[in-house]
Order: sequence, then structure tokens, then C-alpha cells
Amino acid sequence: MADRQTPQLELSGITKAYPGTLANDNVDLTVLPGEIHALLGENGAGKSTLVKIIYGVVKADAGEMRWLGDRVTVNNPSEARALGIGMVFQHFNLFETLTVAENISLGLDEPHDIKTLSGEIITISERYGLPLNPARHVHALSVAERQRVEIIRCLVQNPKLLIMDEPTSVLTPQEVDSLFGTLRQLSKEGCSILYISHKLDEIQSLCDAATVLRMGKVTARCTPARETPRSLAEMMIGSALPTCKRASRAGKSETVFSLNGLSMVSSDPHGTDLKDITLELGRGEIVAIAGVTGNGQKEFLCALNGEQATADARMIEMLGEPIGKLGPKDRRMRGMAFVPEERLGRGAVPEMSLAMNALLTGYLRNLVRRGFTRTGHIRSFARDIREAFKVKAPDIDVEAKSLSGGNLQKFIIGREIMLDPKVLVLGFPTWGVDVGAAAAIHQAIIDLAARGTAILIVSEDLDELFEICDRIAVIAEGRLSPSKSTRTTNIEEVGMWMSGAFETGGHAHAS
Amino acid sequence: MRLKLEPRPVASKWMGYASPLIAAGLTVIAAFILFGALGKNPLLALYTFAIQPLTSLYGLAELAIKATPLVLCALGLSVGFRGNVWNIGAEGQLTVGAICGGGVALWAFGNEGWWLLPAMIVAGALGGMAYGAIPAVLKNRFNANEILTSLMLTYVSIQFLGYLVTGPWRDPEGFNFPQTRLFDTEYGSLPILLEGTRLHAGVFLAVAAVIVIWVLMSRTFTGFQIEVGGQAPHAAAYAGYSQKRVVLLSFLIGGGLAGLAGLSEVAGSIGQLQPVISPGYGFAAIIVAFLGRLHPLGVLFASLLMSLMYIGGESLQMNLNLPLAVTGVFQGLLLFFVLGSDVLIRYRITLGSGRREAQV
Repeated sequence: MADRQTPQLELSGITKAYPGTLANDNVDLTVLPGEIHALLGENGAGKSTLVKIIYGVVKADAGEMRWLGDRVTVNNPSEARALGIGMVFQHFNLFETLTVAENISLGLDEPHDIKTLSGEIITISERYGLPLNPARHVHALSVAERQRVEIIRCLVQNPKLLIMDEPTSVLTPQEVDSLFGTLRQLSKEGCSILYISHKLDEIQSLCDAATVLRMGKVTARCTPARETPRSLAEMMIGSALPTCKRASRAGKSETVFSLNGLSMVSSDPHGTDLKDITLELGRGEIVAIAGVTGNGQKEFLCALNGEQATADARMIEMLGEPIGKLGPKDRRMRGMAFVPEERLGRGAVPEMSLAMNALLTGYLRNLVRRGFTRTGHIRSFARDIREAFKVKAPDIDVEAKSLSGGNLQKFIIGREIMLDPKVLVLGFPTWGVDVGAAAAIHQAIIDLAARGTAILIVSEDLDELFEICDRIAVIAEGRLSPSKSTRTTNIEEVGMWMSGAFETGGHAHAS
Repeated sequence: MRLKLEPRPVASKWMGYASPLIAAGLTVIAAFILFGALGKNPLLALYTFAIQPLTSLYGLAELAIKATPLVLCALGLSVGFRGNVWNIGAEGQLTVGAICGGGVALWAFGNEGWWLLPAMIVAGALGGMAYGAIPAVLKNRFNANEILTSLMLTYVSIQFLGYLVTGPWRDPEGFNFPQTRLFDTEYGSLPILLEGTRLHAGVFLAVAAVIVIWVLMSRTFTGFQIEVGGQAPHAAAYAGYSQKRVVLLSFLIGGGLAGLAGLSEVAGSIGQLQPVISPGYGFAAIIVAFLGRLHPLGVLFASLLMSLMYIGGESLQMNLNLPLAVTGVFQGLLLFFVLGSDVLIRYRITLGSGRREAQV
């Protein structure tokens, strides 16, 4: 890349305040033509706000934007597209009942003929290795295919800058590789890419340059290839990265929890049905359920929690007792605890204090006597959680929603751990949690397992699962793969499973 | 240019408490303008409306009498509203409570004893509960919208009352007037508390209900579950709280208290069943519940204010020849200002150009 090129995009002094926070504070960013530029930062660092400003969705309070050296103002996305900026959002904006071509035509500012457009889609999809049939309906597409629709929607407009917001969170490792191939080809043809992520290995293998944001400010600029994941992480969190230790486990232990051919029809018509899931959990064992989001994880967690009863009570057994027909309260009374995937609104009541949120599932722990709540006990329980799990909150009377995602998650996981469960099920425990809090959560899970609790973690973060789990299985389209020890398998094999390529032996699962 | 509502970073807690007072103040100002436009002396009209009724013992007693059914109904509704259960049918539950309680008094005609009044109170409460249970069961079994069912059942109950007092329960010695016998004054009526006024023992029911509901909502696990169900239904499901139980419980509490209100009306102020036993207390209670911030103590004060509006409206009609509809207009104005202040506590108005921040 030439050194003194005119930048494709140059931002200087971008500032945007939201009530209570400064999302962007005097941010400078330069993206050269054909460069793949990483925007790196923890959740809440201001990455999304910055790209929304570039794409015209949000207006900056101060600062200027230059496009190929000329000062521009972008008032809305359609002006951004006219300049040559395309954006693929983390959450797709597609109409399920329309075809691929119709969806793409809706995203265009000028009227298009569907037939010519379909031809164009096929040309682009072949050229960039994005196989896609323009006549198919979106509801029949996989997540990766939907993402391709979004990418092609940008590419038909010949963008000079493509913004990708956390594009790999919904992809299997193999799909990630093929996406990177496409992005590298685009970059060779001169299209700049602004790539937002917090996955450090991806940034190292893909990006030419990186800008690191922390709490709305640019804290570092670097060439990712010259850094280590560790040094990148430290730039991101601004301090040394904590590590967690896992003592090796000795041999097999007694089974405390088992799923025996668990099948369930989803209560949501667009949901995924669970099909013949078989799994055993031993005392003190940590088992991972990997998989791309939307493959039945939600239904799986619902079935385990007891929000939806199973057809046959024996489909779920705990300590040899069938519990499939029990509700959440009865399962908790037998020693199960749960950390749900959503923190606000499910794991915690946003507008209640931490103390009251401690009561939410702590009610079986002598916090209620003869129907009356025991304020003193509740408050000391909440205080214990806050201290034991280092929840950063001024006191236990603040509303749950005022805590950051990581701190609230520490509180919720802490609450469930303090209930001293025999079986703990966690859904996406570190989703959207900053690196520091994630490490603390991992350590807490490991410590709990060491005390004999059987732990099941549903997550899409393979690095996390390989780091802390003993065994791993994959959920794909509602079916569960056989489980393998994390020492005898690797990311590639699990990645294959994530696309559904595995033999389900039904009851004859590998051990 | 366009007006935009933007969320405030922090809603002022102090303003949360002040907003009902601000709303009341704004209602007074609006009243001033309204009276002026009607060609009355605004000061005199306001005095007649809001002060004069409070200057006599009789007036104060009337205030308490009219506040009693409002407190009872609004307390029950506030429990449901906190749990996201929208019982709009307090008026119907009140009517059925009156029918059941009154029915006991009529059935006992000739054989009255000390047991009659307690039996009437129990029958009134049970009747209201049973009638409230209908929308609850319909919601839990068939997912029928409780706003519609509870509202429609109100009209059913009023027609049923009309049928009873013009048909089977009509006073045989009543010259064909559509009303029942008078209840027994010794055993079948709530005793008068103050000589020279109509103040009856129904106020004790209201005061007791305030305390019970306060304890329920702030000290019991059941109250907590109702609150969680209202604020975060998913969290309630996750923790294992049954939302169906919350729906049923809310309707039983709301229906029971409304039934008590109906009983207290017929056994206290009216003394018999007649086609109309409530000037819309069950509906006004919806306003009262929100005006009182869904808090028992707030509901008590809001009921007194609403009661004053009823009495003040009558006073205006008698002294200044203003139509009784003034009461309804004031209720509407008050609710409007309460909701308006609430919005402005949580949001602020900003002026923005239409092109800014276009959404994708």
C-alpha cells in the first residue's frame, strides 16, 4: 500500500454525547483505499456509534468527515450510499416473506427491474464466492446466507467503503474463512473495509490496520499483525489481562443430570424444534454446548429451566429422578440453577434494586417466611453476592439496569452460584461482557465445578468453551452432536459439527 | 423543525412525587379559564367547587362517604395494574357485590339477626371476587383480552341489576317503583358513625383495605411476584412465578374489593337496591389508581380529591346552575395533566430539524 495516499475516509474530532454518556470523544480515524481497517473495542466503547455516524444514522455533535479529501456531511443512510458507503449490520434487516432479489431491490435508492437485478446478483455472487439464489425466500435461508444477502445488497451499489459490524458472531469457523476470502478480494479491488469486532484472532489474520477505542476515546492505533492477541486485548481493556486456571479433573464421576432423547416442539412458530437430545453430566463436570445462534439454544434453555414441560418426564433426569414435567420452581428446589441468555428482563428485573433482584431466584434460600419477605436477609444476601463476585455497584439499592452488562452478569451468575446448585445451566454467560468480567465469570464457574457442581454452558464463543470446558457437543437445527473431550477435538471438527455435519447416534452417544 | 421527545438521563424522583400536585394545580388553572368562559365568576365558582363542600361537617362526611368506594375499587385495580393485569371492570364487580350483599339482606327479610351484616359483607366480597374471576379464567384458559371481557361484563351486571329490581326482587309494597325493599336498619345496614351526617362504617373497610394492600405489596412474596410479573414477565417465568396465578389473584383482589365497595354503597348510603347504585365509581377508580401512583397511600389521597370533584360538581349544579357534566370534564382534565406531567418527567421536548437522525 502506498504511504502518502489520499485517505478514502478521514474522521477528525468526532464527538457524540448521549444522555449520561459520552459515546465518542474526539475520535480520529483514517481508512486508506483498499485497506481492511479494524475498529476494536469492548462493548460500549463507542464502535457502533462511530459507524452509525459514518453511515448517517446518527448525527455527530462535533467533528468533521472527509471523503477522498473532500469535506462531506452525511445526513442519512441514503446519502451515505450515494457516496459509496455500504454497511452490513449485526442484526439483519430483511423481510422473511420476500425473495432475495426483492429484498435487495428494496434496499436500493433507484428503482430496479427485478430480472436485471437477479442477473446482477448472480454475477456478483459468483465473482465474490457468495453462492446465493436470488429467487429464494429469505425465511428459508440459513443465517450465513442471510448475511450474504446483506453483503450483496451493499455490493450491487459498488461501494468504496464497506462497514461490517461484528459479522462473524453468527457464522461457523468455516463460514468465517469463506467470508474472509470475499473481504480480501474486495480489498484487492480497492474497496476499503471497516471491520468491527472484538475477536482478536480474526483481526490479526484479516486486518491491515486497527484503531482501538476505549470508553469513547481512541486509545491506540496499531498494525494487528505486529501485535499479539494479548497485547491487543490489553489495549482494549486498558490493563493487564486476567487469566483463569483450571485444575485437571481426575477420571469419571457419577452422573447427576441426564437428557434422554429430549424432543420438544418449539412454542414459537419460527423457532427450532428439539430433536432427540441425549447428554449426561457428571459431578464436577463442565460441558459445553456450542452452535450458531438460532439452532435451538433458546428452546433448549427453556426446556432445561422448565418454562416448557417435556412430553415425557423421563426426558430430563436429575439424580435419577424424572423432572421433565416440573416447573422452574420445583427444579430449583431440587438443586438446579440457571443463568438465562437475556440479562435485563429475564435474569434481572431492570427497574428493581439489586436487593430485590437477589430475591428473584433467591426465594428458596430462607428469604421468605410464611409468605412475608425478610428484608434483612434479602439485603445481606445481595450484599454477599456483591462482595463475593466484585460487582461494581455503589450499593445494593441501585436499579439493575444502571449496572454495566458485565457487572450485572456477575451479579446474576453470583446469585445463582450462591444458591449452591447441584446443576448449573448457563446460557451465553459472557455474551456482551467485557474481557475482565468474562475472566472473573470463567473463574467462578471453574471454582464451582471444583466443588462438585455439574455445569452446562450454552455459548457460541468457541474460544471460551475450549478454555473452560471438559467436554463439548454442538447443537445444530435442534439436534445435538455426540460430545467429545475438549482435549481430543479441535475447533475445525467442532466447526464441521456446527454446520450440521455429524452422526447423531440417538441414545448411542459417544462418551 | 419538529418537536421530539427525548428520554431524560435520570427521571427526577422528587418530581415523581410532585407531579400529582402539579397536575392538580394545572386542573385548577384550567378550571379558572373554563368557568370564566362560561360567564361565571371564576373565583366564586372555584370556591363553590373546591372549598365550600369542606366548610361543614356534613360536607366532610360526604367527602369520606364518596371516597370510600373509590378507595376500595382503586386499591384493587392498582394491585392488578402493577402486575400488568388490566381490570377495567371494577364497576361491574361493584354491582355484583351489591347484588350479592343486598340479596342476603332481602333473603333474610323477617329473620334478621346480628349475623346479617357480617354475612352481607362476606357475600358482597365473594360476589365481586366470583365476577372478577370470569375475565381471569377467560384470560388464563383462552388468552382472551381482559380489558375487553372485564369491561363488557360490567354492562351485563348492570342489566342484571336492572332486571332484578324491576322483576323478581321488586319491593312488593313499593308502588311498582324499580327498587327493592329497604334493608333492615338495625341488622342489615352499616351503622352511622356521626350523628347528623350520613357517614357510615364503610370507611373502616376502606381504611383497613389500605393497610392490607400496603402490607401485601411491600412486605409479602406474593406482592413481589405480582410486581415482577408486571415489570418483567420473562423474569417471572424464568424464576418460576406463575403468571396465571398473578392474573387470577389480581382479579380476585380487585373484584373482592370492588364487591365490598358495592356492598358498602347499598348497605351504607342507599339502604336498598335500585337500578343505579354507582355514579361510575368503578371507572373513576382507574383514574384514581394512576393519580395515586398505584400506591395505597397515594390512592387514599387521590380518592379524596376525586370525591371532592363529585361533591364540588353537585355543589356547582345547585348553587351556580352549572351542568353536572362539569365533574366528568374535571376528571378528564386531571387525568390528562397527570399523564402529561408523567411523560415530561421521563422525557424532555427538543426541537430538531426533520432531516436529522433519520432512521434506517
